[in-house]
Amino acid sequence: MSDYVSMWKDLGMDLESHDLLCQVLPTAVGDVFLTQENRPKGMDFWDLVISEVHGIRPKELIEEQKKGRKVFGTFCVYVPDEVILAANGIVTGLCGGSQFWVPGGEAVLPKSTCPLIKASVGARLGRTCPFFRIADMYVGETTCDGKKKAYEILGEDVPMYVMDVPQMKREKDILKWKDEIAAFAQKVEEFTGNTITVEKLNEAIRVINEKRKALARVYNCRKAACLPISGRDALLMMQISFFDDPVRCAQMCNKLADELEQRIADGVSVVPAGTKRILVTGTPLAVPNWKLHNIIETSGGAVVCEEMCTGTRYFENLVDETQTTLEGQFMALSQRYMKTNCACFTPNTGRIDDILRMVKEYQVDGVIDCSLKFCCLYDTEKYGVSRALKEAGVPVLSLETDYADTDAEQLRTRIGAFIELLNG
Amino acid sequence: MKTKYCIGIDIGSTCAKTVVLSQDKSVLLQLLQPTGWSSVDTAEDIRRRLESAGFPIEGGAAVATGYGRVSVPYADKCVTEITCHGRGACHIYGADQLTVIDIGGQDTKIIRIENGAVSDFLMNDKCSAGTGRFLEIMANTLAVRPEELCSMAAEGGGVSISSMCTVFAESEVISLIGRGEKRENIAFAVVDSIVKKVSSQAGRMAGGQGAVCLTGGLCGYPYLRQSLSDALGCEVRTAEDGRYAGAMGAALSALALEKQQSAEK
Ligand code: SF4
Ligand code: SF4
Repeated sequence: MSDYVSMWKDLGMDLESHDLLCQVLPTAVGDVFLTQENRPKGMDFWDLVISEVHGIRPKELIEEQKKGRKVFGTFCVYVPDEVILAANGIVTGLCGGSQFWVPGGEAVLPKSTCPLIKASVGARLGRTCPFFRIADMYVGETTCDGKKKAYEILGEDVPMYVMDVPQMKREKDILKWKDEIAAFAQKVEEFTGNTITVEKLNEAIRVINEKRKALARVYNCRKAACLPISGRDALLMMQISFFDDPVRCAQMCNKLADELEQRIADGVSVVPAGTKRILVTGTPLAVPNWKLHNIIETSGGAVVCEEMCTGTRYFENLVDETQTTLEGQFMALSQRYMKTNCACFTPNTGRIDDILRMVKEYQVDGVIDCSLKFCCLYDTEKYGVSRALKEAGVPVLSLETDYADTDAEQLRTRIGAFIELLNG
Repeated sequence: MKTKYCIGIDIGSTCAKTVVLSQDKSVLLQLLQPTGWSSVDTAEDIRRRLESAGFPIEGGAAVATGYGRVSVPYADKCVTEITCHGRGACHIYGADQLTVIDIGGQDTKIIRIENGAVSDFLMNDKCSAGTGRFLEIMANTLAVRPEELCSMAAEGGGVSISSMCTVFAESEVISLIGRGEKRENIAFAVVDSIVKKVSSQAGRMAGGQGAVCLTGGLCGYPYLRQSLSDALGCEVRTAEDGRYAGAMGAALSALALEKQQSAEK
């Protein structure tokens, strides 16, 4: 990644620490991805992007900034990309998924904060992630308490706008979210200097819907009894979709889906017949957090679906494309986003319905419900999730972990025993 | 058939257990030794001991389990300790509906068995509260052996330790000593803390059928078994061979492996 050094310098990054981060990544990519056999050819694209994760895409973003476009960094799938795109802005996901950044976060946050938040704050304050440097504005949201408070700290270092996400899903909450989206649109217009018109917003809605459909096509292929792609590869594709250009993302996912559909027709599977099919559910797996998938898939299981924000919650449900007024479009956006079932809401029984539905759709043998340490919301929901699954006769394993590797062996034992249990 | 015996090796964090079973599942040999610093050396030592006892490793299928299971190069297969403890307990207690509580050196497992197979399990997280290690550290602090601590506890009462974390609990114990609290009472508090932690874990698996039994290194301590029974409101069974449950389960897995292999031939 040496050609990017001057770019990183211009971004004001801490090059010395960043070198350390760059040293560990190739080994991790090699161990987790490149050791797999019979990978789809289409993964070449994501292998390339991840191998130069701090180079290729950041460079593109900077080129666009030079043309006057603004980059918005987001932390939650509730923030509507469409609005930003309609004002010719660019969205990049900013959730931190590496232990590398956790100590930096702990320097200012309580230790008992979830690692996703600690890593995100650490990545910004430690100046070791180009995406966190490039973003002109961060868009936060009032989902969990940890994030809300962390945004106050981040806001001292970078322009920050926070959207007020409702906590319930009544009709008035959907209306309220519509108003929040409208207010956000105004902010984005001011910040970019571009006006959001009905036409532009419709086009943005269409682009993001196409991206959702393409992601869904890949996931659809994972429903087949003959499994054409590993969970690790699907997760990598999903994680990178958060910061790639949406049009190219859709193209690449569609190309991959073509290949996977062909594989299914030809009976090409990445695992031996009878390999137990696992649905993972819980908190998001931000790049480069591959620990869970890696352990499951090197312990004799195959991950066939993620009921997560880095998974189905990102692409399920489309926005209505037929609205002809901004007001109508904001409402259509609100209706779509409010269908996402996050544990920040109460009640959140929709998530359990989703999980039960996906167990059937993806022909799942067992569910692993995994939350990040100190995420009280998803941890608490484990009770209802495991009860519903047990009632449905579906084996479930509840886990809690963080980004450190220290519990890898313990996880391996639990996950190994769970797969032994499924194998009978 | 090539062999007449099967070998199960359970390398735990404190002790390594080995069981040799005949084809009809009777015990031919049991070995117990401390794991020491290196599981690799322990595995090698086990290999030599088996050989001198007349059960060379080449002569039977071997399955390894326990946290050191990957350090047994000559094992035909590794199976997790959860599956092995479940299988072993079924065999030892002659039951196919069971709740197994295994208090191990560094972790505690609750395993539910239905129809002779593991149907659910729980394991404590990273911390060592409610494990054999906790007991060992507290016994050290009180300058007694773990089994002595347990029998002393039967004579004590009236004191409790509030901290679940081993490090903090240890300083609580030290300040109890400093305050001149009777050792029996402190011992009581230590066992009580383990029992509370383990029974709240077991409570999360409530509603199971069949007996509750204790396996692992602590199953030879009568007072612990008694207080656990009281806390759970049901009789907790122990067996003489309880600490060999993991190795037994591994040997049974080896037996199944061999049957499967000869069927494939
Ligand atoms: S888990 Fe909830 S708060 Fe986190 S990204 Fe998803 S929707 Fe947003
Ligand atoms: S994982 Fe939980 S605690 Fe962490 S950011 Fe998401 S909702 Fe908040």
